[in-house]
Amino acid sequence: MMGQPPRDGAPPEGLAYRRRRLTDAARLLPMVGAFAVFLPVLWAGRDSPTPDPAGTAAGGLYVFGVWTLLILAAAALSRPLARGDGSGAGHGPDRP
Amino acid sequence: MLTFNTLALACGLYVAALFLIAFMAERRAERGRLGILRSPLVYTLSLSIYCTAWTFYGAVGYAARSGLEFVTIYLGPTLMIVGWWAMLRKLVRIGRTQRITSIADLISSRYGKSTSLGVLVTVLAVVFTTPYIALQLQSVTLSFSVFAESTPDAPGDARATALWVAAGLAVFTILFGTRNLDIDERHHGIVTAIAVEAVVKLVAILAVGVFVVWGVAGGPSEVFRMTEASPIARWQMDQSRWLTLTFLSAVAFVCLPRMFQVLVVENSDERHLATASWAFPLYLFLMSLFVIPIAVVGLAVLPEGSNPDLYVLTVPLAFDQDALAMLVFLGGFSSATSMVIVASIALATMVSNHIVMPIWLSARRGGATVSGDVRNVVLRSRRIAIVGVLALAYLYYAMSGGGAALAAIGLIAFVGVAQILPALLGGIFWRGATRTGAAGGLIAGFAIWAWTLLVPGIGEGALMSQTLLAEGPFGIGWLRPQALFGIGGIDPVVHSALWSLAVNTLLFAGLSLVGLPGAVERLQGAEFVDIFRYSGNARGWSPATVEAEDLLMMSQRILGASEAQALFQAAARGQGKEGYLPDTTSEFLERLERELAGSVGAATAHAMMGQITGGTAVSVEDLMRVADETAQIMEYSSRLEAKSEELGRTARQLREANEKLTALSVQKDAFLSQISHELRTPMTSIRAFSEILRDGGDMAPETRARYSTIIHDEARRLTRLLDDLLDLSVLESGQVTLHRQIAILGDILDHAVAATENADSRLRILRTTGDERLVLHTDTDRLSQVFINLISNAQKYCDAEQPELRIAVRDDPEGPILDFIDNGSGIPKENQSIIFEKFFRVGDTRAAGGAGLGLAICREITARLGGQLSYLPGQGGAAFRVALPPRLRQPAQGAAE
Repeated sequence: MMGQPPRDGAPPEGLAYRRRRLTDAARLLPMVGAFAVFLPVLWAGRDSPTPDPAGTAAGGLYVFGVWTLLILAAAALSRPLARGDGSGAGHGPDRP
Repeated sequence: MLTFNTLALACGLYVAALFLIAFMAERRAERGRLGILRSPLVYTLSLSIYCTAWTFYGAVGYAARSGLEFVTIYLGPTLMIVGWWAMLRKLVRIGRTQRITSIADLISSRYGKSTSLGVLVTVLAVVFTTPYIALQLQSVTLSFSVFAESTPDAPGDARATALWVAAGLAVFTILFGTRNLDIDERHHGIVTAIAVEAVVKLVAILAVGVFVVWGVAGGPSEVFRMTEASPIARWQMDQSRWLTLTFLSAVAFVCLPRMFQVLVVENSDERHLATASWAFPLYLFLMSLFVIPIAVVGLAVLPEGSNPDLYVLTVPLAFDQDALAMLVFLGGFSSATSMVIVASIALATMVSNHIVMPIWLSARRGGATVSGDVRNVVLRSRRIAIVGVLALAYLYYAMSGGGAALAAIGLIAFVGVAQILPALLGGIFWRGATRTGAAGGLIAGFAIWAWTLLVPGIGEGALMSQTLLAEGPFGIGWLRPQALFGIGGIDPVVHSALWSLAVNTLLFAGLSLVGLPGAVERLQGAEFVDIFRYSGNARGWSPATVEAEDLLMMSQRILGASEAQALFQAAARGQGKEGYLPDTTSEFLERLERELAGSVGAATAHAMMGQITGGTAVSVEDLMRVADETAQIMEYSSRLEAKSEELGRTARQLREANEKLTALSVQKDAFLSQISHELRTPMTSIRAFSEILRDGGDMAPETRARYSTIIHDEARRLTRLLDDLLDLSVLESGQVTLHRQIAILGDILDHAVAATENADSRLRILRTTGDERLVLHTDTDRLSQVFINLISNAQKYCDAEQPELRIAVRDDPEGPILDFIDNGSGIPKENQSIIFEKFFRVGDTRAAGGAGLGLAICREITARLGGQLSYLPGQGGAAFRVALPPRLRQPAQGAAE
């Protein structure tokens, strides 16, 4: 999902470009997550057509697996995003 | 076996520890050592108030009944915070720049600082939060009752327990939630305490999980096998509920008042959100990891008919794990208390800012300028609101009988809170969203929610009869609460969420499209939607004919005297001016309003500013700026505007300097004639009388004595004048020697007051001797000379019926501050900048004596002592502030006694 990290000595435009793609990835992540979370609707339904319905145990493994991947992806994205957003970090009205 | 009393004791100790932690955190924050209090870790942990007792105990019960569905309640927030970049980041930025105090404030502020929208959201928040708090009380009493059953001597009345818990929570919340009216509405003590509680509940649930998996079942693969063999082995997913609940919980994560409080209001650094984006999902992951195993084991080992909502507690008890059960109990207690505390703070803030303050303001016409501290009104109303909310929740709990009906409340509240979503999303992403749209959508959505879910949901047939449910009101079939428009057979929660949100969104969008928003509304819309582009650019006020002094007077009452003075001073310095009164530029007005909004909410702050500025809120240029949505022209014109503003300011400063110079020159001329006059009058009489004495040979001894006395008096007057002049020139040239010694401020004041006492003066001096026990290292004679001068000035010039002089002493970290405030008519603004000049006298009051050197000497003396003497505007009468240098750090009590 993430682009290649910028190479050393890459021109500033390249950095800015990477950064924009990084924010794209950050916006995409919840959609990918929602897709994965909603996916079982297709095969775990109460009146699912599958002859061998899905089990809670296996379903649990799937859900927690997706969850783990989401956490890892968010962790990987959060650091570079926070670093680049430093300008706005302390933002807010100045205290007198 | 654990007894009820051990449990109550443990509970008490735990609460005491929380008090201590909150107290220490407040102390640290006060000293400015925020450190860990402002770390991303504490922020993430504070988000965990999402996991209430409903999820702590209820998740396992939920899983025992419907398998995996419980996980949707955690997956929604996960998706929401994983996608922080898209929405939460914007929300937090808006909250910080606009000084948002609650979700009601956000909605009200976005839609033109509307008071009515604030009231609407506040009322709705109270409606759906109260049952939710009742649910927490129920869960605590339920967990108590598990232990009470085994102890004969336990108090049997569950309601008594609930009452005690509610009262204790009210005390804690009032102590740490309303200690002071923070400018930024952050509560370090409470946030730290709930972070600790977050750790306790996580550790508790993990401990039970580990015990169940490895201690009872015998490893993960065994658990897997047991799950396959359990009653919930099949994943019977209700697709519509799976989708709806995930969506609702994602929305609730942002819109619940308590979540908004920790997520946005208490946020101290936007970067914390980045850490929370993975750390909070991890927390939720760990909280739910062992839910299915505990449910499966509970179903297998506990007797049929035991309450699955208490499996977390009863499974360890069934295996005689008393310590573990105790930990779980504390975990559940933590989940309930932290939720209740934050929820009641959030509600109290809303009630005080959006209901009490507007009423208070309109009850006093022209109220913004009268004297008295508004902060007390705000704080008191918050305290009352906290007690009110908890009392309401307790009543709700007591009347609903604490049965199973309450358990359904969690989801009912989620649907209710989701009604805020269209107005919220539209507010931050769509410039065209209007107040009418937001209000229409909210009202319709809530009405449908109440009709289809809230009323039928509170107890079977309690408020709504079975026939009504089955046939609709007056037999109108398509209005049946659980089958609107005749479409039945849908799960009630899904049904309600679908219809209420659909109608809500439709009305919101439709009314916004056809309506015409007001000026402030459009301004705020642009500000919110383009927060990352034009942060802090919009101006809501045109520089009208506002007196900075009036503004200072109002701000002092909301922000507190020293904070407001510091703010005004900083603003004045930013404009290159001395003193406390900056120019009332539109930037300054905008910034001031925002500061006020941080304390009392946007709508109230706007109304108060409006009262003072006379309501000329938005200028034509501002409107054009909003209407013109092309950024280029806007940028250009705003740059021009800034330039001309700057030029204007420089010109103003020049004019001011020029006026001052002219006044000085006039004064100098006046002085020269004055001094010659002052010198010549005594000289003339001395000469005249000495000539009489010299020439008149035979003179009565009395006459001779009288003439000599006159000569003597006149000579003394001359000496005094020359002394003053000499004193001043010595002081000004810096050649003065100071005799510093240790003294108590109160003693110096006593001396000064005694020295100025005379029979003619009616001046009453008000002092608070308690504050005056400060040890100073200073030249006491010189300092008391300053005090004497200030007091005798008040005696001479205070023109009130019953003149009073208040001497207020404050021990500031930067040194003691003394304010001498009288109740006369004060010093006119045009004179304020020159009263400290030499030979200045207010009006022509030669009768008062003195050559107008007193204040100039005083100012020089305080400067030599390392302090500052200044005029303090906006206090009602004439007010002088003596700021002394930082004093010796030494206990004053010992020296004072």
